[in-house]
Amino acid sequence: MNLIEKAKIMDADKMRRSLVRIAHEIVEKNKGTENLALIGIRRRGVPLAERIAKLVKDIEGVDLPVGILDITLYRDDLTTLDYQPIVHKTEIPFPVSGKKLILVDDVLYTGRTVRAALDAIIDLGRPQVIELAILIDRGHRELPIRADYVGKNVPTSNKEVIAVNLTEIDGVDEVKILEIAD
Amino acid sequence: MWKRKDLLGLKELSIDEINMILDTAVPMKDIIKRTIKKVPTLRGRSMVTLFYEPSTRTRTSFEMAAKYLSADTSSLTVATSSVAKGETLIDTGRTIEVMGADVIVIRHESAGAPHLLAQSVVARVINAGDGMHEHPTQGLLDLFTMREKKGDLSNLKVAILGDILHSRVARSNIWGLTKFGAEVRVVGPSTLLPGEFKKMGVQVFHNVEEALRGVDVVNVLRLQKERQKKGLLPSLREYAKIFGLDQKRLSLAKPDALVMHPGPMNRGVEIMPDVYDSTQSVVDEQVTNGVAVRMAILYLLMGGGTGNEIIN
Repeated sequence: MNLIEKAKIMDADKMRRSLVRIAHEIVEKNKGTENLALIGIRRRGVPLAERIAKLVKDIEGVDLPVGILDITLYRDDLTTLDYQPIVHKTEIPFPVSGKKLILVDDVLYTGRTVRAALDAIIDLGRPQVIELAILIDRGHRELPIRADYVGKNVPTSNKEVIAVNLTEIDGVDEVKILEIAD
Repeated sequence: MWKRKDLLGLKELSIDEINMILDTAVPMKDIIKRTIKKVPTLRGRSMVTLFYEPSTRTRTSFEMAAKYLSADTSSLTVATSSVAKGETLIDTGRTIEVMGADVIVIRHESAGAPHLLAQSVVARVINAGDGMHEHPTQGLLDLFTMREKKGDLSNLKVAILGDILHSRVARSNIWGLTKFGAEVRVVGPSTLLPGEFKKMGVQVFHNVEEALRGVDVVNVLRLQKERQKKGLLPSLREYAKIFGLDQKRLSLAKPDALVMHPGPMNRGVEIMPDVYDSTQSVVDEQVTNGVAVRMAILYLLMGGGTGNEIIN
């Protein structure tokens, strides 16, 4: 698949400001940090969850626990994919039952990843509440799922791809819109 | 990316393929430890076990692995099936396949039977033991257990002790471990350990004390009494005295050496009860790891998409 870069919609500063705002909104909406925990969806949701946890610490002085969720085994499209996803470890070092969980991912698109993540979390216990924080919401939902915290809404066409690059994985913080070449 | 249709033996697997299975088994093991031991991954897929030889742990392990991944399972008991009426292996396999089986797990007393079946059906075929040839899932769970406990397989010194001649577990272990560069020693009575094993890249010993000196792992094999009718052993008592793993012999290995056994055990014959029950024994963990490794194999064979280029 050939991809052509169309636009850069976020640089490191814009990304940081979005995450700072999300961190403030999380603290405000939950009236503090009591019982809160973050869960990043592999792969880019994980560094984002860690960054939000650090920003919450800057605001409230509290360390929030951060877990890592791999949703491969919960995908509903394994039989239709033309590749086989590698299964990684889920590492949630705290009991999820009774917790207020903030699920974190980089892009919200069809909603199927989030659905799989909800199934995976509920198999681990019964959280008090699950909220969703997303860096980019690009629309095209196929399931009734919406994010509680959104870094940026980016209406896209189906031919476009959102590429989120993070320093921890890609060496740079930026978000780009790419287009599939005909 | 996994491209094989079937899992027939460790001999033909590459290091990358073995690593892919072992890496996939790591998160699978976490599922076994959870309160809700079930993920929806293989929902709607089906596995049939076709066992021509008795088995407790392998068949149960496959069934539990499939169920933890939400696949449906069915087991065909050969003694009460049409096999007793003379149905051929290929016809039995095709019958199971047209009923909708996605994967057939076969154990057979003849070496090569799973390979024959794999060529005859579109369904995936997993070898759960064929004669004296291979027992790949046991070999893989042994490698997984060694890697989990000791890290890198390439630095290990492993002694395989006992009835090597009749052991498909030994062959799968040897093919797997030597690929990684581990030093493999095999030890047993000369009637049960012909010198040709040297061709497999292992050191052959007939003296247990020499073989166990400084090893990281002692993998004790079951003395296959059912295959001893040719008079290869004078007596079980003598075998236990000369080749049985006791604490004194184990003390020659490294102090933190692992004791492994594929089961079922003849307590007091190839392994003494106090060794089996010691802290060095990882036999119970092998059984748990067996479920994780089989989950990984089922996922790799059945969990993929339809666009893969599949090789036989």
